[in-house]
Amino acid sequence: MTNQKKDILTLLRKNARMSVQEIADRLRTQPATVEEQIKELERDGLILGYTAVVSSEAEQDQVRAIIEVQVQPEREAGFDNIARTLAKFPEVTAVHLVSGRYDLRLEVVGKSLQDVATFVASRLACQNGVKSTATLFLLKKYKEAGIEFDKEEKYARLNITP
Amino acid sequence: MRDSTSPHNWVAGHIAALPKSGIRDFFELVNSMSDVISLGIGEPDFATPWHIREATIYALHRGFTHYTSNLGDLRLRKAIVNYAQDNFGLSYSPQNECIVTVGVSEGLDILMRAILNPGDEVLYHEPCYVSYSPTIRMAHAVPVPVQTREEHDFVLEIADLEAKVTPKTKALLLNYPNNPTGAGLTDADRQALADFVQRHDLLLISDEIYEELSYVPRSASIAALPGMRERTVVLNGMSKAFAMTGYRLAYALGPAAIIDAMMKIHQYSMLCAPALSQAAAVEALQHGSAARESMRVEYEQRRNVIVKRLNDMGLRCFLPRGAFYVFPCIQSSGLSSYEFALQLLQKKKVAVVPGTAFGPCGEGFVRCAYATAMDDIEIAMSRMQEFLAGK
Repeated sequence: MTNQKKDILTLLRKNARMSVQEIADRLRTQPATVEEQIKELERDGLILGYTAVVSSEAEQDQVRAIIEVQVQPEREAGFDNIARTLAKFPEVTAVHLVSGRYDLRLEVVGKSLQDVATFVASRLACQNGVKSTATLFLLKKYKEAGIEFDKEEKYARLNITP
Repeated sequence: MRDSTSPHNWVAGHIAALPKSGIRDFFELVNSMSDVISLGIGEPDFATPWHIREATIYALHRGFTHYTSNLGDLRLRKAIVNYAQDNFGLSYSPQNECIVTVGVSEGLDILMRAILNPGDEVLYHEPCYVSYSPTIRMAHAVPVPVQTREEHDFVLEIADLEAKVTPKTKALLLNYPNNPTGAGLTDADRQALADFVQRHDLLLISDEIYEELSYVPRSASIAALPGMRERTVVLNGMSKAFAMTGYRLAYALGPAAIIDAMMKIHQYSMLCAPALSQAAAVEALQHGSAARESMRVEYEQRRNVIVKRLNDMGLRCFLPRGAFYVFPCIQSSGLSSYEFALQLLQKKKVAVVPGTAFGPCGEGFVRCAYATAMDDIEIAMSRMQEFLAGK
């Protein structure tokens, strides 16, 4: 990847809504060039999508949980088949293979506690290869995608100093 | 007999003679106003990186709240010389060639007092930081400003220095990357200045407080050039690179005899720099490079944006090599620097600093700091454009 593409990625990962004009000005290049590079990043599958980071208030009608899943890896495929199967459920918003006490770390979203619990019991736990699950309901958000939810009070600088 | 009816007479002659800054009233006006979009602030807008603040709290918990060595805690001096070696190609002993000061302001003050006899002359460039001339005068010496020019990107020219050097000249004071112009030195500039000070047997004082905020590949410090180590004092600190202005923590590196003389003044006037700030500085120097670099990149990109906007609206400026200032020429507005800044403040609530705050040759320019969030820079640029269009 070129340095310019890396720089564009860094900026978009901080603020996906940054205008093409601002990116171009920051990197001392032309908007058309930035436009083209972003298209390439999308086409090559390096940028897969854009999403918003929202406050707890904005997702009051949702319950989110982390599910720790222990699975039986398969010969040849390892964890890939089961991970891809679990990723297909629309309730599952993230799937990672992790090191440690369990294998797959899922993030699941539902309308209520009951909704998530039902999904885990009737969909996840009974999958072939799933040995056990542990459900961790998320209670309060403090930081997500690098953004702190309770911003510390901005210290007031003097308006003008030499 | 002293006239005891006039309080003015209590003040020492050389202090009474110090001119008050001509833009003090302007500064007070700006600081009394609310909801100003300010490009007038000479300090980082970033909060001090959390790991440095956390280290400060830890130092407080441990009770690191007492006097340290006059020179500064040896652990900090070792961190400083290691950092200077790694980042500036400089080699100093932590034992006797390094002193920790309360900001570069104190470093400069005690250095001037340590080296200057009454009547000695000190060369320095204008535009420059506001303390240079007063600090020299408070040491009973003579400030000799040398004008720098926009045509030469505000870098000192040797011919101008040669015209001002006299048998009484003791030192040359440099500040690159520069506040207020954003000027920086090339390798050729550094060599020419080094040759000049050697030719005239001068001491070089290099105020490198913005050195880490460079947007061009950095070379070794001018103090690392052949023949310079024994005649150079490097001043630097934590304020700009690590967003630690309120910690008031800086250092000087130089020949042992000069550091020792500075220490004499420092021990009687300051005793030592605040212990908590020293602890924080150790953390910053040893573990702060990632945070420092991410701030530097953000400043660099803001520089790119602001320079383009200013040039697009007809306020000519070159691409600064370092620091977080841009120094556009505002002569096309038909206003003086002061009038430009005052009217921009009154009509559009945008604060910039008149170039004349940094020396008479700053007339025709204003200083815009880009140590301000990009959103505010965008708003300020739009308002300046409206201001120029007479809206």
